[in-house]
Amino acid sequence: MTTPKIDLHPKPGDRVAKTTCYMCACRCGIDVHLKKDAEGTERVAYIEGNRDHPVNRGVLCAKGSAGIMQHLSPARLRAPLKRTGPRGSGQFEEIGWDEALQMVTDRLGPLRKTAPEKLAFFTGRDQSQSFTSFWAQAYGTPNYAAHGGFCSVNMAAAGIYTMGGAFWEFGQPDWERTELFMIFGVAEDHDSNPIKMGLGRLKARGVKVIGVNPVRTGYNAVADEWVGITPGTDGLFILSLIHCLLRAGKIDLDYLARFTNAPVLVNEDPKSPEHGLLLTDDNGRALVMDRATGKPASFDAKGVHPDLAGKLRRAGLTHRSVFQHIAERYLDHAYAPEVVGPSCGIAPERIEAIAAELAHAAFDKSFELDRAWTDFRGETHRSMRARPVSFHAMRGISAHSNGFQTARALHLLQILLGSVEAPGGFRFKPPYPKPATAHPKPHCGVTPGQPLDGPHLGFVQGPDDLCLKEDGSPARIDKAFTWENPMSAHGMMHMVISNAHAGDPYPIDTLFLYMANMAWNSSMSTGRVMELLTDTDENGDYVIPNIIYSDAYSSEMVAYADLVLPDTTYLERHDCISLLDRPICEADAVADAIRWPVVAPDRDVRGFQSVLVDLGARLGLPGFVNDDGSAKFQDYADYMVNHERRPGVGPLAGWRVGEKGLTHGRGTPNAGQIDAYIANGGFWMEHVPENAQYFKPWNMAYQEWAVDIGLFDKATPYLFSLWSEPLRRFQLAAEGHGHRQPPDHLRARIKTTLDPLPIWYPPLEDGHADPVEYPIHALTQRPAAMYHSWGSQNAWLRQIHGHNPMYLPTELWEKHGFQAGDWARVTSQHGEITVPVAHQAALNRNTIWTWNAIGKRRGAWALDDDAPEAKNGFLLNHLIHELLPPKGDGLRWSNSDPVTGQAAWFDLRVKVEKVPAPKQSYPDTGRQGSPVGRGPHRVAQQVKP
Amino acid sequence: MTALPETTERKLGLVIDLDTCVGCHACVTACKGWNTQNYGAPLGDDDAYGAAPSGAFLNRIHSFEVQPDEGAAQTVHFPKSCLHCDDAPCVTVCPTGASYKRVEDGIVLVNETDCIGCGLCAWACPYGAREMDPIEGVMKKCTLCVDRIYNEALPEEDRVPACVRTCPAGARHFGDLADPDSDVSQLVAARGGMDLMPEQETKPVNKYLTPRPRDEIDVLAPFLERVDEGPKGFLGWLDRALERL
Repeated sequence: MTTPKIDLHPKPGDRVAKTTCYMCACRCGIDVHLKKDAEGTERVAYIEGNRDHPVNRGVLCAKGSAGIMQHLSPARLRAPLKRTGPRGSGQFEEIGWDEALQMVTDRLGPLRKTAPEKLAFFTGRDQSQSFTSFWAQAYGTPNYAAHGGFCSVNMAAAGIYTMGGAFWEFGQPDWERTELFMIFGVAEDHDSNPIKMGLGRLKARGVKVIGVNPVRTGYNAVADEWVGITPGTDGLFILSLIHCLLRAGKIDLDYLARFTNAPVLVNEDPKSPEHGLLLTDDNGRALVMDRATGKPASFDAKGVHPDLAGKLRRAGLTHRSVFQHIAERYLDHAYAPEVVGPSCGIAPERIEAIAAELAHAAFDKSFELDRAWTDFRGETHRSMRARPVSFHAMRGISAHSNGFQTARALHLLQILLGSVEAPGGFRFKPPYPKPATAHPKPHCGVTPGQPLDGPHLGFVQGPDDLCLKEDGSPARIDKAFTWENPMSAHGMMHMVISNAHAGDPYPIDTLFLYMANMAWNSSMSTGRVMELLTDTDENGDYVIPNIIYSDAYSSEMVAYADLVLPDTTYLERHDCISLLDRPICEADAVADAIRWPVVAPDRDVRGFQSVLVDLGARLGLPGFVNDDGSAKFQDYADYMVNHERRPGVGPLAGWRVGEKGLTHGRGTPNAGQIDAYIANGGFWMEHVPENAQYFKPWNMAYQEWAVDIGLFDKATPYLFSLWSEPLRRFQLAAEGHGHRQPPDHLRARIKTTLDPLPIWYPPLEDGHADPVEYPIHALTQRPAAMYHSWGSQNAWLRQIHGHNPMYLPTELWEKHGFQAGDWARVTSQHGEITVPVAHQAALNRNTIWTWNAIGKRRGAWALDDDAPEAKNGFLLNHLIHELLPPKGDGLRWSNSDPVTGQAAWFDLRVKVEKVPAPKQSYPDTGRQGSPVGRGPHRVAQQVKP
Repeated sequence: MTALPETTERKLGLVIDLDTCVGCHACVTACKGWNTQNYGAPLGDDDAYGAAPSGAFLNRIHSFEVQPDEGAAQTVHFPKSCLHCDDAPCVTVCPTGASYKRVEDGIVLVNETDCIGCGLCAWACPYGAREMDPIEGVMKKCTLCVDRIYNEALPEEDRVPACVRTCPAGARHFGDLADPDSDVSQLVAARGGMDLMPEQETKPVNKYLTPRPRDEIDVLAPFLERVDEGPKGFLGWLDRALERL
């Protein structure tokens, strides 16, 4: 037999374009291979990971490799759309861009001159928040935020308030040096490839991984040890670990004394208006007792040795160190493993054993990294002491109403072990570390026809920083930064539609959304939100008068807009992944990146950011027009290059113009900047100097390097806030101190939940939904191969995740006599759904779960009406209300974390009953017309020359 | 019927680490992307946006649960593609000679111009590793990216199968399993790599590394020793400990 001849050397394409992926929020570098087809048109042939890129180093996930099918999705919008049928119907006519932009300008122009707050502008999984917020600030509305409030603000806020950074974009485990890795509440995302790459490296070194999650899939499947915890009890488990470590003295006293506010003195006098606040000197610097002199001293004074056991009586007031409060609280028997074990669903011996493993890794496996460094007190250390134990956590702990304090508890654990910024521990990524005090405060000062008085979002330090009007009512439509959730650092997007519908705190005119599927998987109580969006007043007018939406695809939300501005796909657009925004840095390197149009759109669509630049000029917004009123920027690419946020600091840090030619970090704009990025593979990266790579908040080599590169303007070493003064200031107000006072009905809750030291309390829904009637916890998680709703339009990915049964644990499965193919009715206090079920043994015994956002509304995403996503797919969202059920006190409490307002998706309690198999899942949300028709029956994706 | 070579010069194949695979499906779509664009007919998708989408994939992930006698149930993610068997029944059953095993490297391929789409090979394969293309009606299977691994149009470091290049966790390894000194052979030796379903006597070239034991909680391991009972005792310890700093 002769061997057939094979082409062993096919070229993947005619050329490679290197840009940034957008199949999820991970922002990996990709090599897009482009090939000319028979007509000579360049087409996308193959996408793979960019080997040089700091985020993914060449690898790529299932979504990334399937990006070609997203780029070619039949659900892509083709032109601006003007609604012709009722809202929700999906009936539109295509219009030109001139008409569309004129419609927006005619509406928003007069609104800006009279009541700019009547524009509510909220963006979803947008990666240009520093730009979209800049636009909203120039417009003058206080009503701007992105999706952080319903995503993971608890994690971000707890980290920043405690230690000046959090997980994911803020920091990462020291993969190369850690000896034990513990991961809490992380589904297979956030972040995606870096965690998989890290786990692979740990596995290769034989480092133990402990997974804490009610569900054992993905990362928890490969964990060497799985802790199938009861949802909402992670904080209690962590505080018990802290109890065990303290009791054994397995904490890093030297680290706590030097780098945290553990030695700082707390006012102990209950009658003092400063009770519970930290003692400071006349310059506002925190005071510690110096072990060398026995006298109080400023924490950062040269040569001071802060005393963890310090006490001071001054002006008739007693002061004790924060550390003594920590010891007193967590040594309490209430946190003993035998007490908390049953609530957490974890055997007490197991809690003791894990505490012993943490201590063993941190202290017995410690080593010295041979790098000298100098701290902010001027003391030089001959080496860097390792604490090789690391943690990662995500939405599983943060999407609870106790998530802020749970995340705080986890950071307390990390810090007690001395592992944050130590070799082998957890490391910040530039521009972090950055303490809460170095961030802006929120602003809400509205003047018609003028910009807002400052950035919308930020970090409050106490009641004075809340966004309240003079009469005490909320200044923002989402009621962020109010007494109900004072530290809502990312805003509260999940409250916007219901508040706008209720006209509470005030009615709005225009709801302007970008890339946020608020009529579907991004809202609680989806069916009711659809009603709110379509509700009319007594005149037959819509209660929310005007809805503008920008999306690239025919999503559910498109059908509810009056005007749709079609966005491009991620391969057709400019974007910058900026240090001003949500950067892509690594612990050892500062980096940013771009997207650029590697192919031209074949539809009448425009990148949303370029549309905003255009609208900014048409509306005459400051920052978008020159002195003569002409447009300042041609498009978003022009803005990326030429906008300066501070002198010399722009959206992109690479290849700026310095005094002696091209430079990085600070410099004037460079007309060739985008070409330089493209030539370098779509990103810029510079390494942190070796002696600056650890102990960054206190390491002067890092602080000075960060100033040089433009991350901040002045070295700002700081102490980790184990005791959080902003929290205490709200408690003080609730106790009656100060001129800004909370409403009486919130006093008790503020006193309980805004504790300056981490606490645990049961998820708030437990106090509203009867745990006996609703004994089961219900969760969602996102599959690794699918990102939110975007994936279902992807012909390849929907073959991997086209179905989402509700997974039931063995005991529940057997109790109800379920068989394969059965259906269940799942009921919460708020609603019910009827859904297909499947059995999963590797699951907490009181928990059920499903994949998030597989279910689709009929007519959306160019899918057939009988697609499994539309027929049997479902959303858990129908069971979750943004308000908790009434409990007889005449009030409706928000289903959010009382500190940050984070949506408490995972507090949900349900009951499960077996029902006869229906023809489809319920509720049935009807069908929407499709402005793009249906996808083709057959796909054979090959570019043929 | 088609003959197999008596021996092959090399045995190129994959070593898949089930201890590390998180089941993310990255390998599945990287494979689909490369192989729809290259070797033979594109990998078609029928009813692509409809009720029962059915496409050709050369590599799929299956997830299983394992319930040990004691302790928690475990989840195992199991990637599966052609194992390039030495005694490949899919080759010997082929009526036209379209299926064959290469002498030089042991890769099992389908010569699509000779394939009549009869499906006998898919029936003969005990692993279910062959898939009929729903549009072209030819048999598709893993080529071990034969058009990547020797491809001089690619940088040398990229001359590995697409699934190996993309795997984020590094759970997939490629090399010559006939060479005892190769990295893959060393890995198989160190970790006790296994054949899939050896009782089928197909002598698969690909090997699987089994998951390391999970949830081995050592109940005899010492708990942490307490420094002192109660806050007062603790503060006494603290004072002594601070003196030593």
